[in-house]
Amino acid sequence: MANKIPRVPVREQDAKVRATNFEEVCYGYNIEEAQLEASRCLTCKNPKCVDMCPVSIDIPSFIDEVAKGNFAEAASIIARDSSLPSVCGRVCPQEVQCEGACILGIKKEPVAIGKLERFVGDWSIENGGVKCEKAPDNGYKVAIVGSGPAGLACASDLAKLGYGVKIFEALHKVGGVLEYGIPEFRLPKDKIVAKEVENVKRLGVEIETDTIVGRTVTIDELIDDEGYGAVFVGSGAGLPKFMGINGENYNGVVSANEFLTRANLMKAYDDEYDTPIYVGNRVVVIGGGNVAMDAVRTAKRLGADAHIVYRRSEAELPARVEEVHHAKEEGINFQMLTNPIEVIGDEKGWVKSIKCVQMELGEPDASGRRSPVVVAGSEFEIECDVVIMALGTSPNPLIVSTTEGLDANRWGCLVANEETGATTRPGIFAGGDVVTGAATVILAMGAGRKAAKAIDEYIRNK
Amino acid sequence: MFKILEKQEIAPNIYKMAIEAPRVARSAQPGQFVIVRVGDKGERVPLTISDYDKERGSVTIVTQTIGVSTKKICALNEGEYLHAFAGPLGLPSEFIKEDIEELRKKRILFVAGGVGAAPVYPQVKWLHENGVEADVIVGAKSGEMLIMEDELRAVAGNLYIATDDGSVGFHGLVTNLIADLIENQGKVYDEVIAIGPMIMMKFVTLTTKKYNIKTIVSLNTLMVDGTGMCGACRVTVGGKTLFACVDGPEFDGHLVDFDEAMRRQGMYKSLEARANEHADHTCKIGLGK
Repeated sequence: MANKIPRVPVREQDAKVRATNFEEVCYGYNIEEAQLEASRCLTCKNPKCVDMCPVSIDIPSFIDEVAKGNFAEAASIIARDSSLPSVCGRVCPQEVQCEGACILGIKKEPVAIGKLERFVGDWSIENGGVKCEKAPDNGYKVAIVGSGPAGLACASDLAKLGYGVKIFEALHKVGGVLEYGIPEFRLPKDKIVAKEVENVKRLGVEIETDTIVGRTVTIDELIDDEGYGAVFVGSGAGLPKFMGINGENYNGVVSANEFLTRANLMKAYDDEYDTPIYVGNRVVVIGGGNVAMDAVRTAKRLGADAHIVYRRSEAELPARVEEVHHAKEEGINFQMLTNPIEVIGDEKGWVKSIKCVQMELGEPDASGRRSPVVVAGSEFEIECDVVIMALGTSPNPLIVSTTEGLDANRWGCLVANEETGATTRPGIFAGGDVVTGAATVILAMGAGRKAAKAIDEYIRNK
Repeated sequence: MFKILEKQEIAPNIYKMAIEAPRVARSAQPGQFVIVRVGDKGERVPLTISDYDKERGSVTIVTQTIGVSTKKICALNEGEYLHAFAGPLGLPSEFIKEDIEELRKKRILFVAGGVGAAPVYPQVKWLHENGVEADVIVGAKSGEMLIMEDELRAVAGNLYIATDDGSVGFHGLVTNLIADLIENQGKVYDEVIAIGPMIMMKFVTLTTKKYNIKTIVSLNTLMVDGTGMCGACRVTVGGKTLFACVDGPEFDGHLVDFDEAMRRQGMYKSLEARANEHADHTCKIGLGK
């Protein structure tokens, strides 16, 4: 019986060793492991896993091909719905999506769908990329703003339908949050991100970097002067939040975005690169999400004594369980139910400590999480020389402020139809973090795909 | 990749380069900046735009060799390429949105220090092309370090020069010259726009405060992306934290916390110094004295 086989464990780099380098934490499956794990799949007639996948990958079919050793076929099946299997196999929260719905998971452990997807993606990269069918050129052009997950997914689908697609990227590298946000040790840049971007380019998608839509060129210029029939905005949520407490501008206080951009995009951890990064001896990261985990683990790898400070308890940490687990293994200290109220600086204006209060959990708030309440008289200081604020991000207002008729809500997110991505301006579609606020890679990809379908309909009916 | 069309050393260690960047040239306005990157391992360096030619599709930058990255930029020659040249970034100067008739009545004084003359030029030029004659003070350490004099003379109302050593023009600091113009030469100004080293802008704002003249400054803070993502460029203006890259780079100088801005500018100094260790640079603008 296939399901008698226990879930095949995945090999990982030793925690003590990896806490000092930027090599990938997880090694992934080899061929034997992948085939064994794939053989556990029940190939359900009514696969719940597919329903839970934001891009609707035909999971049982690709896993069946892996079990049979037909890896190229498995790759083609995934490629129909996703150009980024190696990325998603690494960063998707499978535990609440495909794997969360796996029937095997009711009594035992679900099939390791994420690790299998990663295996297929990596196999495909090593074997020269995937072949994908593409309709003949239909003569229409679509512009995509941002080369992150939403933009890449939207671009891929439109290119497959025969559109001439060009992505405009503000930074010098392609991938958006995959490049600047997620660290090398979770998602290798040259080995994985760049290669999957190649998959997208192989579909005929053009990418123009160093082009800030809203500054270098406006959406209206793209439509009126450059002949784009529609525009998809997938510019993400790149603006960092700060707490608004005293002392936040002392030297040594940085946003997680800045810290991670220096480390990831600019490779400041590598001496061969020019961009500096300041790590200090003791780093406190404020926040409990995946970005906070990425920042604290990066600080640790750069040699700091690294701490998480979070105002709720461990049960409420928004980060993936796997990330928290990995962080703990690497020796990150978690200071829960602690809220900073002031950054204290020395006489030269550098951070020397952070003043906090102890919290306790009160009644559940609107989101269902128990909201933290200050414990009276509990003030104390944590000594540190770097404070990293990982409090979430919001969309950049640049596009809204330079595009007439494009509405945003009070959080700065673009107003867009959930099913089609249609914004308040005909011909302009949007999806991903710029609409939802900071969320996941895969939700952004799902939104990009829905918008691609809607853009196709919009252009055909024009 | 962005081609260097022309390169010229306009003062010791200060280079003017015209870069082929048609999209940036088409959208550029006075007051904006670009992010420049040399090599595939280089930093993203914010540099103010010192001219643009929309027809030719080129943008001019002026760079002084100060750190590792500016040295790399200046080491490139005509026909070679910058890896990145992204922009125009930041908000354009406020005056370009003002009613042109009102603007023509305004008596504006620009105060440029060192390489600050470069970003002042497109502003004065824009005003000149729109029938507004603005006075300009250019300050430099010495006559040798003076840049953009001819270009500025062609578009300015009156051009005044101040040198620290008195080798050319007024002998003294730009702040002394501002006081001299107002107190001894009967000049009246409604607005001052000061661009130069942070310390100069601080003292210009202290001077103009005395005369109650509105003063705009352009802040050359640290930046990584230059598009609002990182927050390295945070400045306190009127008690509020703003981002120089997207809320600026120009701000009301009387509201800027310059001491904080200068301290923040030095955040990576010790790391830079290490990177610069083996370099042969001798400072000619009096820093580190």
